[in-house]
Amino acid sequence: MSNDGTSGSDFERFRITFFEECNEILADLEVHLTQLQEEALDNEGLNAVFRAAHSIKAGAGAFGFTDLVNFTHSFEALLDKMRDGEIDQTPQVADLLVRGGDVLAELVSAAQENRSAGPDFGADVLEQVNDLLGSGQKPTEVSSDADAQQATVSSGMGIWTIRLTPNADLFKNATEPLLLIRELRELGSLKIQCDRSQLPPLRKLDPELAYFSWTFDLESECSSADIEEVFEFVDDTCEIAIERAVSSEEDAETAEVPPEGTEVQPEVSLPAKSVAAKEAAPAGNKAKAAAASSIRVELGRIDRLVNTVGELVITQAMLAQELADLTADNERQPIAGQEQLANLTRELQECVMAIRMQPVKSVFARMPRLVRDLSGKLGKKIYLRMSGEHTEVDKTIIEELADPLTHMIRNSIDHGLETPDERVAAGKPEEGTIDLSAAHVGGNIVISISDDGAGINRERVLAIAIDKGIVLPDAHLTDQEIDELIFAPGFSTAEEVTDISGRGVGMDVVRRNIVSLGGRIQIQSQPGHGTRLNMLIPLTLAVLDGMIVAVGNQRYILPITSIVESFRPSPSQMRRLDDWTQVVQIRGEFIRIVRLCDLFNVENATHDPTQGLVVLTEVAGGGKIGITVDELIGQQQIVIKSLNDNFDPVPGISGATILGNGKVALILDIEQLAGMKATVPLPHDGDGPKEVDTPVAIVAAE
Amino acid sequence: MQANMLQAQDSNPAVKGSETAASEIVASPTSCQFISFRLGEDEYAIDIMAVREIKGWTDATPLPNQPPHVLGVLNLRGAIVPILDLRSRFGQGLTEATPMHVVIIANVAERTFGILVDAVSDILTVEPEEIKTVPDADRSEGEDYLSGIINADHGMVVVLGLQELFR
Repeated sequence: MSNDGTSGSDFERFRITFFEECNEILADLEVHLTQLQEEALDNEGLNAVFRAAHSIKAGAGAFGFTDLVNFTHSFEALLDKMRDGEIDQTPQVADLLVRGGDVLAELVSAAQENRSAGPDFGADVLEQVNDLLGSGQKPTEVSSDADAQQATVSSGMGIWTIRLTPNADLFKNATEPLLLIRELRELGSLKIQCDRSQLPPLRKLDPELAYFSWTFDLESECSSADIEEVFEFVDDTCEIAIERAVSSEEDAETAEVPPEGTEVQPEVSLPAKSVAAKEAAPAGNKAKAAAASSIRVELGRIDRLVNTVGELVITQAMLAQELADLTADNERQPIAGQEQLANLTRELQECVMAIRMQPVKSVFARMPRLVRDLSGKLGKKIYLRMSGEHTEVDKTIIEELADPLTHMIRNSIDHGLETPDERVAAGKPEEGTIDLSAAHVGGNIVISISDDGAGINRERVLAIAIDKGIVLPDAHLTDQEIDELIFAPGFSTAEEVTDISGRGVGMDVVRRNIVSLGGRIQIQSQPGHGTRLNMLIPLTLAVLDGMIVAVGNQRYILPITSIVESFRPSPSQMRRLDDWTQVVQIRGEFIRIVRLCDLFNVENATHDPTQGLVVLTEVAGGGKIGITVDELIGQQQIVIKSLNDNFDPVPGISGATILGNGKVALILDIEQLAGMKATVPLPHDGDGPKEVDTPVAIVAAE
Repeated sequence: MQANMLQAQDSNPAVKGSETAASEIVASPTSCQFISFRLGEDEYAIDIMAVREIKGWTDATPLPNQPPHVLGVLNLRGAIVPILDLRSRFGQGLTEATPMHVVIIANVAERTFGILVDAVSDILTVEPEEIKTVPDADRSEGEDYLSGIINADHGMVVVLGLQELFR
């Protein structure tokens, strides 16, 4: 009954929607399960978890993911027992549920990728769930003999009596009882009786309502679970009663034995089911009412809207410029409407951007779990304090944040926080604290992770860095520089690779991830008092605060976040090392010069940095380079356009934007520029002392 | 509808023949249509279905360290579109582009790019059998972009495979 009525592409679309929903549901589930570990959930919470499992099951059934259906089924049964108070919310149960949540997530992603999670995947969890269900079930088994009989999943012949009483609005849910009957018939020989007593006189008949109910006598070797499966997706809209009318001798025998373990499971969920359906329904309605204020929109459509509004902003800027030129000529007052248009477009752009914004909560919510798991594994006591979870940031960025954040927290727990004994010895409370916070600062979001651990062991860090050849043995580094070494590629302080921090991924990857988002990461460490990591990330990947620079006739954009300062060096500050390398000295630091005009062969550019400007920029790994430009044009918020949609990647260029005059300007990729070699060697003249003027700091970012 | 694709400004004398083109379109289920354009004395054609629009030349922003025929990128209503000089691609030196020159915006293999030519001349509607194969010549690799020759009223038109030309 899967895709008979729908075309392939429709089916694929529903599938995609299903997995989108699953991922949302799983995220929600995670939140509740995390809460469950700390305290017993109230009915509302349990309902939410139950609904989550139930929704996944329903969808999984429709798409034929049997592994998923089987697992969610037991999971759901367990939750139902918990709701009814038959199973207590003990830590063991909570732990089982959390593990079940993991299995569920894996099964979903396996189904999404069209692979199998492995035949025994989650079997251990499933078994424990079923054990639990079995033990919780015992009292009822004693009281009801008929139930116990049903419980056996035997292969003997039996006659089942099934009563199907649809709710009046059965057809409104697009359910066709005939299909169910046909499916039942496949299980064995079927006798059907139709109860037409509810049928009203013709003139009162509403053709859209269901009036009939049925009683089926099914003679079959099937188990109650098989029958139940037929009605799997109508249990919300029908009342179903399944009874075993006659049992063969074997069944009678097995019924004597108190059923245990997995065999109990199908039966357990039966009486539970009708309750579940009833309770889930009003809860579901409530959820629907709350969700009515939001709609699901494909990201692609929003992107299109964002793009169009971006165009509008550019066009507005163009018009403003042209208008300014016009009015300057005529010495007339600028038109008032123009200003209003500017305000409106800006507001519109902000609104559109806001659509893509989501609270960082979805990433933060995964962290308590991580902390709990790791603290258990490492025998450390850790309290995770989170604040600012509601700070919003672009959806794309949220997705990219999860990995770096996870890694940094792992790092804090593994390397930063000490064991309880060490902490007590150091005069600190036994329990370590990790603070995770998010806040808006200007056009950026700042995410901080700080711990009250031992801080960075600078001696060791330096020793390792020297050992690995990252710094020279006789290098003199400031404390800050040593701290920054943990971001250096190939650096890992873990003496042995643990499965916690060491996965071949170091803090260098974290920094690279953050930089690729247009952000920066800083470290502050105080030995004995802890370490603080600050991430500064733009709110969106669609716009960027850029500095427009001129090189010859060309305009380029430098991301503001990477600019440290800019200055015009005096000839005495410049030093040429060889035909290709030139450095500038500033405050005792030697910075390599990257000559944009030579790298890009720009015509009419100022080749002598002492006549132009050097823009000092930060590169990943804590290094700096000085980029030569002719002049700074100004700071502007720019809309980022991809160059690679229509062209191959260009080294040194990360993207493009459209300036107010409608022209394209290229956005410089500082990381790549740092590694590029000029096509022409340095000119031999121009190094001699000319006019000596003192360096003037023109722009100092931050 | 195909005639509408010629969105060139009337003020651009380089784009001519769009009027006559409209009248020449004779619908035959098997016929194919090409846009023909001039490059110096030679006439070339490309599949009309690949053509998105035709516009006059405006200065492009150069891309660093690219082959000479890559003139740079243009802003096409918010999309960044690379512009390629066909003359340079044929090894005949760079075109000294003026606003009288024409850029044909084409869409091939999900990428949009513009090719700079001297002028657009016509829309050709031909039956498949009228497209003759290019005589076997000793062509080196990367030069298999000549996909056929059409014998039009005013002379021979060489059909170009854009995908082969700019891959």
